[in-house]
Amino acid sequence: MHKLWASIYKELLLLFRDIGGLAILFVMPLVLVVTITMIQDSTFRSINDNKIPILWVDNDKGEVSKSIYDGLAASKSFTIIDKKSDSEAKELVFKGKYQLAIVIPPNLSSGLEKKVNLNVEGLLSKFGLEEEKPRSEKEDPEKKEVILYFDPATQMTFKNSIKNGIDKMIFKIETQTIYKAFQAQITDDETEAIFDTESFITFKEISPSTGENEIIPNSVQHNVPAWTLFAIFFIIVPLSINMVKEKSQGTFVRLRTNPVSYLIVLGGKTVVYLAVCLIQFGLMLGIGVYLLPTLGLPSLEVSGKIPLLFLVAIFAGLAAIGLGLLLGTVARTQEQSAPFGATFVVILAALGGVWVPVFIMPKFMQALSNLSPMNWGLNAFYDVFLRNVGILDVIPELALLFLFFVITTAISIAYNERKNAV
Amino acid sequence: MIQISHLSKKYKNNEEYSVVDLDLKIAEGEIFGLLGPNGAGKTTLISMLSSLIKPTSGSFSINGLTFQKNANQLKRSIGIVPQEYALYPTLTAYENLHYLGSMYGLKGKQLKEKIHSHLEILGLKKFYNKKVDTFSGGMKRRVNLIASILHGPKVLFLDEPTVGVDVQSKNVIMEHLKKLNAQGTTIIYTSHHLNEAEQFCSKVAIIDHGRIIIEGAPKDLISKYPESRNLEDVFLTLTGKALRDHA
Repeated sequence: MHKLWASIYKELLLLFRDIGGLAILFVMPLVLVVTITMIQDSTFRSINDNKIPILWVDNDKGEVSKSIYDGLAASKSFTIIDKKSDSEAKELVFKGKYQLAIVIPPNLSSGLEKKVNLNVEGLLSKFGLEEEKPRSEKEDPEKKEVILYFDPATQMTFKNSIKNGIDKMIFKIETQTIYKAFQAQITDDETEAIFDTESFITFKEISPSTGENEIIPNSVQHNVPAWTLFAIFFIIVPLSINMVKEKSQGTFVRLRTNPVSYLIVLGGKTVVYLAVCLIQFGLMLGIGVYLLPTLGLPSLEVSGKIPLLFLVAIFAGLAAIGLGLLLGTVARTQEQSAPFGATFVVILAALGGVWVPVFIMPKFMQALSNLSPMNWGLNAFYDVFLRNVGILDVIPELALLFLFFVITTAISIAYNERKNAV
Repeated sequence: MIQISHLSKKYKNNEEYSVVDLDLKIAEGEIFGLLGPNGAGKTTLISMLSSLIKPTSGSFSINGLTFQKNANQLKRSIGIVPQEYALYPTLTAYENLHYLGSMYGLKGKQLKEKIHSHLEILGLKKFYNKKVDTFSGGMKRRVNLIASILHGPKVLFLDEPTVGVDVQSKNVIMEHLKKLNAQGTTIIYTSHHLNEAEQFCSKVAIIDHGRIIIEGAPKDLISKYPESRNLEDVFLTLTGKALRDHA
């Protein structure tokens, strides 16, 4: 035990003697969380303060184009800029000046009305309510296309959401036009309400709640746990560098000649770097609760969850440290450990669902994701932060994280023994 | 007593053995010098004796103990002064020694007293609270030595302990080693300083190409070769004047 305390004290001294490194260890993750949360905040907001400017070319000037325009304006996501010419709008978008241009074709409103009337009349004639003329005698209106120009650099998710939004608007307009056409055929009184054109089916999202308070997912609740976990795992870089330095300084060789087990050496590092992880985690929570609201972001909701959050952080920290110990044991130089460690954490984060949710990954990647300790950690954090679960529900993830720590540490010891066996 | 029997070492990527079928006995209380040109196998032999590398074949025991059977007991009874400084540069001399002494199970007042006593003897007491990376090469060598003798080893291995140090530091180190030997510590050391070895060692072995080519008291070896005035002449006679560069 005395040797373990001495190792812990030595690791603490080494850490505190590198004030610059220590500051980076604590400050950079905080900068990361604040930056990412601010960037991603807009995707979580229903009312976006930062409107996206889009170009609008209206060759229709009818009711349909007005409805689409009003729909876009009502979304409050866009600043709509009118342009006269299709080609000008296209050029501006393709040069990257704007992300999107919407071009409404000429006679869209009249064409749609004609098409709907044709269908309604045809339908009514089948019921004997309208004078029947062969459909071939009636002229089908020309099909219309709403043209969308996207900046080639625009992300697919943005493109899809715009396409879906406009598609939904057009579908609604078509439905309402059909209702109007039926009304016009059935009654001459335009004020008589025969059809209720409002949507019958609406959506209501129910979120998990703590007591009477509903937990509404927001950018902070999503990003703070995800990027905190990312920062916790980044501990493998300084930890492995610490170990490689001991090799290059010769102190590791000296320790091998001392009557001290490698487990004690690793134990000292584990305790100190775990403490670093937990301090980091506490600072991240503090940032989420106190700093982010002052930057106009939602506050991190942690009430009643702090002990469980720290429990998850301990196990996530252990998993990260296990990986760092293994890397530090195997790597011979800092040139090996630092780039590998940093890149590997990014890969684990990607697999773990920090950037892209696991459920939208290809099946194979989803299967791989199950092997990422960051996936287990992230799930455990989301369980506590967003799903409002108790300790029993996070035990499977905690067990996996702990198992990962035990296995990586055991491999480190076995590797060291094998390499240095006498 | 150190007893080495048919000890050999061949590194993975080397075609030749670094130490070949080596037999050697070193008596208790001896100051034994392992001398040889670069790449002769001195450091490999010391590394095997201090548990840093595994022999390819053969065996050895130190005071009847082996690493296979009594690893921790053996480690406690020996001290190794490696060629490199093997200290934490950002820790002070005291912090380095306190940590490394703790690894031998020393603690409390006993450890503090030992550290301060050795620091005083080796002229470093007033620097005990300074970081090692501010020390000169000679000062680092002295701290390096203290780190290996704090626990009072019965056998002390030194791999070129005076490389790159000034004359004064070298003198202090050698005097301290003599005192330790007088107190019963067996010393095995490698060096390229043959005059130093001649003065210091009670017995030397000249190694070349992994084999001991001659062994005995320095005076006896010099007298064996009448044309030699000193140990360096004996060395050059036996190992030749060709350069021994290797990479």
